This record gives sequence, C-alpha cells and structure tokens, in this order.
Amino acid sequence: MKREYVYKGFERFWHWSQAGLIIFLAFTGFEVHGSFRVLGFEHAARFHRVASWMLIGLIIFAIFWHLVTGEWRQYIPTTHKLADQIRFYTRGMFRGEPHPTKKSGLQKLNPLQRLVYLGFKLVLIPLTVLSGIVYMFHKSLDKNDIVVISDIPLGTVAFWHTLGAFLLMAFLVVHVYMTTTGRTPTSNIEAMITGYEELEEDEDEPVDEAKVDGQVDR
Amino acid sequence: MKKTIIGVIVFVIAVLAFIRWFSGEEEYYNLKLEKLKQEYSVTPVSSIDHSKLSALQKKFASPQEVTEACNSCHTERHREVMNSAHWNWERVSYVEGRGIAAAGKKNVLNNFCLGAQSNELACAACHIGFGMTDDHFDFNNARNVDCMVCHDNSEEYMKGASMSGYPDRNVNLTKVAQSVGNPERINCGSCHFYSGGGNNVKHGDLEEAQLSCDRDLDVHMASNGMNMSCVACHNAENHQIKGKLYSVSSENYNRATCEDCHTGTPHFDDLLNRHNAKVSCQACHIPLYAKANATKMDWKWSDAGKLRNGEPYREFNSDSTSEYLSIKGTFRWAKNLKPDYIWFNGTADHYMLGDTIREVPVKMNTLFGSHDNKDSKIFPVKINTGDQIYDKVYKTLIQPKLFSLNKGDSAYWKDFNWNTAAAAGMARVGLPFSGQYDFVETIMYWPVNHMVAPKEKTVGCAECHTRSNGRLENLAGFYLPGRDHNRPLDIFGIFIIVTCLGGVFVHALFRILATSRRKKSSIDTITEP
Repeated sequence: MKREYVYKGFERFWHWSQAGLIIFLAFTGFEVHGSFRVLGFEHAARFHRVASWMLIGLIIFAIFWHLVTGEWRQYIPTTHKLADQIRFYTRGMFRGEPHPTKKSGLQKLNPLQRLVYLGFKLVLIPLTVLSGIVYMFHKSLDKNDIVVISDIPLGTVAFWHTLGAFLLMAFLVVHVYMTTTGRTPTSNIEAMITGYEELEEDEDEPVDEAKVDGQVDR
Repeated sequence: MKKTIIGVIVFVIAVLAFIRWFSGEEEYYNLKLEKLKQEYSVTPVSSIDHSKLSALQKKFASPQEVTEACNSCHTERHREVMNSAHWNWERVSYVEGRGIAAAGKKNVLNNFCLGAQSNELACAACHIGFGMTDDHFDFNNARNVDCMVCHDNSEEYMKGASMSGYPDRNVNLTKVAQSVGNPERINCGSCHFYSGGGNNVKHGDLEEAQLSCDRDLDVHMASNGMNMSCVACHNAENHQIKGKLYSVSSENYNRATCEDCHTGTPHFDDLLNRHNAKVSCQACHIPLYAKANATKMDWKWSDAGKLRNGEPYREFNSDSTSEYLSIKGTFRWAKNLKPDYIWFNGTADHYMLGDTIREVPVKMNTLFGSHDNKDSKIFPVKINTGDQIYDKVYKTLIQPKLFSLNKGDSAYWKDFNWNTAAAAGMARVGLPFSGQYDFVETIMYWPVNHMVAPKEKTVGCAECHTRSNGRLENLAGFYLPGRDHNRPLDIFGIFIIVTCLGGVFVHALFRILATSRRKKSSIDTITEP
C-alpha cells in the first residue's frame, strides 16, 4: 500500500461545489415543480436561478480545467475489463475478491466509472443545463429585443428539465452508495476530501513514480 | 483532514451566503417611479379664468346657448367632439369575423339594462348632447353638444332624469359656464361610476368611492397619494379620449395602458419584467376589485314582472343593494372580488342587434386571445352573468322598450308586458319579432383596469404558481411552472429514484451479510484444531 495524491485541488473544489449546487438546485427545483413547499415559490425560483448561474460558471471552469490538464482523457470509454468490473460489483465483492482494476493518479476511474461519468458529462448535465437555460429564457419580453423562444412549448422544456433532475437524483443515490465500495467504506470519500488515497501497488507493472508525479501532479 | 472538512463547511456556508446576498430583496429606489410621481404631482394652473370672459356674463335661457358661447371662442372644438364615440355612440372598427363595422351603444346590447334603443329619454342622460329623445337625433347639430357635462368644475351641473340629455332644470347655467376647466373625476364618474342604474353596477373597478379614497383602494386616485384625475391617463388630445372598454369597443387601438407611463420594464427584477410578455400589469397589480362597494355580478331578467297588489315592488339586501326589482328582476351583488383571468389580445366582438344566437350562454362580448397568440396577455376580468329576453323563432336577442313616462306606451317598466315591450323595441330597431319569447342565459366580460393596489398588496407569485386553488387554476392552454406537471414523468421519476434506493439497500444488505459470513468462516478456520 502506498499513499498517492489522486484528486487535485481544483478537482476536489469542483466536485464538492458541483455536488452542493446540484443538491441545492434539486431542492429548490422540486419546490418550483410543486413537489413540496418549504421556501415558498418566489424564493425557491429566485435561489434556483442564482444557483443555476453559479453551476454554469463552475461547469465552464471545469471544462477548461479538463481540457488544459488533459484530465479529459480519464473519461475515454473502454470495454477493457468492463465486464470484469460489472461482475465484481454484482458477484465478486460479496466473495471478498479484489477490485479487478487498479486505481492510480493516471487512471483513477474504472471502466464502469468512465462510462457512467462520461454519460453524466455528455448527456445528463447538458440535458439538464441546456433545458434549464431554455426554460429560463423561454418567454422573454418580445418587445424588448431579448431572446424569445416561443416555438418550443414550455411544457416540453419542463419535461426534459424535470427528467434530467430525476435522473440526477437517481445518479446521486447510486453515486453516494458506490463511494462505500472502496478499500474501506469511507476511503473514497476521504480521498475526495483530502486528495490522498491509499492505493494498492501494482506488482505486475512497476510504475516509475517520479515520472507519474512529474507528469500529472504538479 | 480536519482542516479540509472545515474548509468544505466554510465553502458551503459561503455559497449559501453568496446566494442570499445575490437574491436579497433590497429596497431599491425606483427612479422611474419617482420621476413619474414628480411629473404628476405638479398640477397645471389654468391660463384662463372663464368667469372673467364677457361672453359668459349673461343668463343662459337654454344649455344650447352655453354651447354657442363656448364655440364663440373655441370655434372648432365641437367638430372634434362630434367626431368622438362619446358623441356618436358608435365607432367604426375592424372586427374579426365581421369585417369593418360600426359598433357602439347604438347597436350593441349589454347584460344590464340591455340597450339604449327606444329608451333614449332615460339613457341619453349619459350622452354628451341635448335632446336625444329617439332615433331622430341630429348628430350634425353642433348646438346640441354638451360641453358642460365634462368640463364643469363647479359640481353644479347635472343631467336631468328622463330628460333626454338636458340638464336638470335647477342647474345655474351661468355659474357652470363660468367655472369650466379640465374634466375632474366627478365629470367622468357621473356616467362611468353609475352606469347600469347605480353606483359600481357595471364596472366593479370604477365607482364613487374613488372620488375620495386611500391608497389601498386605488394608488393612482388616492387622496393621500397621487390624487390623479381620470384624464391624467385618459388624455384627450383633440377630444379623442385615450382608452376604451371592451363592453362596446373592438379594436386594439389608442388604448390607455399602464405601459404608457410605467414602460414595459418597470421592475428592477428582470424575472418580473419578463412576465410582461404574457401577463398584463393589471393581472398582478389588481388583486381585488369592488373593494369599497358591491358590484352587480348577476341579473336575471326572467324574474322581472312580479307584482304585489298590481304594483311593482323592491326588495333590498342588508347592505342596501337591491335584491329584487319588479321592473328589472333579481340581482346578485358581490364585493372584494378576486378577478377571473382570461387571455386577451385587445380585440373584441360583441353581440350586435340582429345577430343569431349560436351558443348558450350568449356572449354579449367576446374578448379574443389565446396563449399562442403573440399579442395576448393574461388580463383580469369581471364576469357578469344573467339572462335576458330573446326571440324563440328568430333566435335573436330582443331590444325591448323599457322606458316611458306613461303607461300604455308599450314600455315594460310601466306595463310589465314583455310582448308589447319586445314588439315596440324591435320595431324601433327595424328587426322582426315573432311574438314568441323566452329568456336565455347571457355572459359578459368586463376587463378590470382600475383599483390598482399598492405594491405591497400585489398578487404574490405563489397565488398563481401553485398546484391547487391558484388564481390561474382554470386558465388552460399553457404550462405554468408550479401549477402544471407531467404526471407520467413524475411517476417515472419517483419510480427510478425508489428503485435506485431499493437496489442500493439490497446491495448493501448482501455486502454486510457476505462480509459477516466470511469473517465467521475465517474465524472458524482459525479456531479449528
């Protein structure tokens, strides 16, 4: 076992603020949706809009970070060991088998995570954010030369936005649960907070640690 | 580790504080509003004192002489007046489905005293002319223009009852002529407050309480507020008075709108401004109407004609509004009303004399508009219902002769005979009457535009954006956030979340069981001899 720096400062900031914003947006959003009444419609709608702009800003920063650091490569999908990974979650882990894939700073996502997170980034977030933007500007002042999107009925926009919200909540449930499937139940969450994680050393292919650190870390 | 956790907590608090800070409702100083207040708080001083004019230093034998005196200085003003709907009682306009047509009090029926035709002797008390006794009134005679009814500032002038538009005999015409000026609230109100036979009967948002009221009743006319006159908004360049009401008007033209002064973006909050694309100002800013006195909501003409000992009688409600009149039927009044809401694009059609009845209730006026129509907005309306007489054979509403000074003149209010009243009225308007009549339900829409409340009393967001019992609960054709939701999607969403929770729970359970079994078996292995 060795302690490795897996999650960079920005990555952790992005992760937790995105998590907080999405939970807050879900809370205010479902109040706007009429599911419950806590803040009152006016405040819920207002907070929802402010938080939505913050999330959009955060996403822009995150996209920039992924591109500049090359971290986007972490999400390139692969079928290599995908079946093994699914087998591990459905059977192997009950028998105390080890993780079929090794985690490292260079390769922090297993094949299943790659696929799910890529879907999250390319489908779920765009679906919800874009439908949200259309929602926000849907019926703007027609006489004041602000954007008017009147060809798409608001009901349709709301449908996709709400669908995105439900799927995000489902993702949240599973995602939070899956964090407990690390080496210990809390090791993944600790790693996402501190950045460091105890990782198994790869015995088959020894990695030049200095080289790895030099490439990715700093 | 601890440091990081504290960092995360601080960050979350910072985010929440940030949101609060950004969305805080600061009490802004609304310069747009202040500018308007400043502009309208200056009362213009008249540049002329009519009491000093030599042409008015005399005793007038007839009101026409006063008009002549007016015209001796204002030589062409009467032409402007004679080109107005107040004079002509009709306006030529384009109506969807009807083409170019003249519509107005001459040919449009209403849900109250029905129509003016054949009843001019009484109805002309609200015509700005003298001597409209029947349909032979000369609309080209400038002498009959009544300048005083609008311009008297002495509160001395009043039209006589049943005098076909002539002033009451006790009016001191010299005093009135010498004190003319810009119309004040009572000038407009003498007709528009009392139309339909009493205070606030028709409009619901225009009544005598507005002569002297507080800001809660009407922010614009409040004595302790801006104290504005009607013509401050309904300005009348060349006697073409701005604004119209769709009980008689049809076109989206020369309307007096809130935006005229307040612009289309009066709020600091962009979200509220954007509502203006589909929601009228009135919809939110007039939460209640008929706030001081009740307005008539329902009028059943079919009940009219009951007599006691051969004489007509009246019954009153506890608030002294009339509940039953033998001459008119049964009424229902109400006050402090939440308006109904409709889509309206500023154009309307009306039931015009001779139109065939195609639907019940008969729409006395049809306000056009829908969510998908670009010019339509949500407007508050008073919906007035009732029933009135119609011809069972020709399927038309009937203009009955109601008023006469004498019995035996076919007037319903004297003879209580619908047959003769209908025959006489329809003969006057040149339409056939089969002799077979009955009563049909009617409905009429009155846009509510006055009694604007102070901003603190504006309709709140959640009064419309709510799942049930909202103000817009029955307004269909569009998706309203907070009110509407896609039920199958909600069911699917809840299903998928519950499934995930269940799956996660089961998975966790299996893990715990598997772990404890493995631990047990390893312990067993160790302890085995």
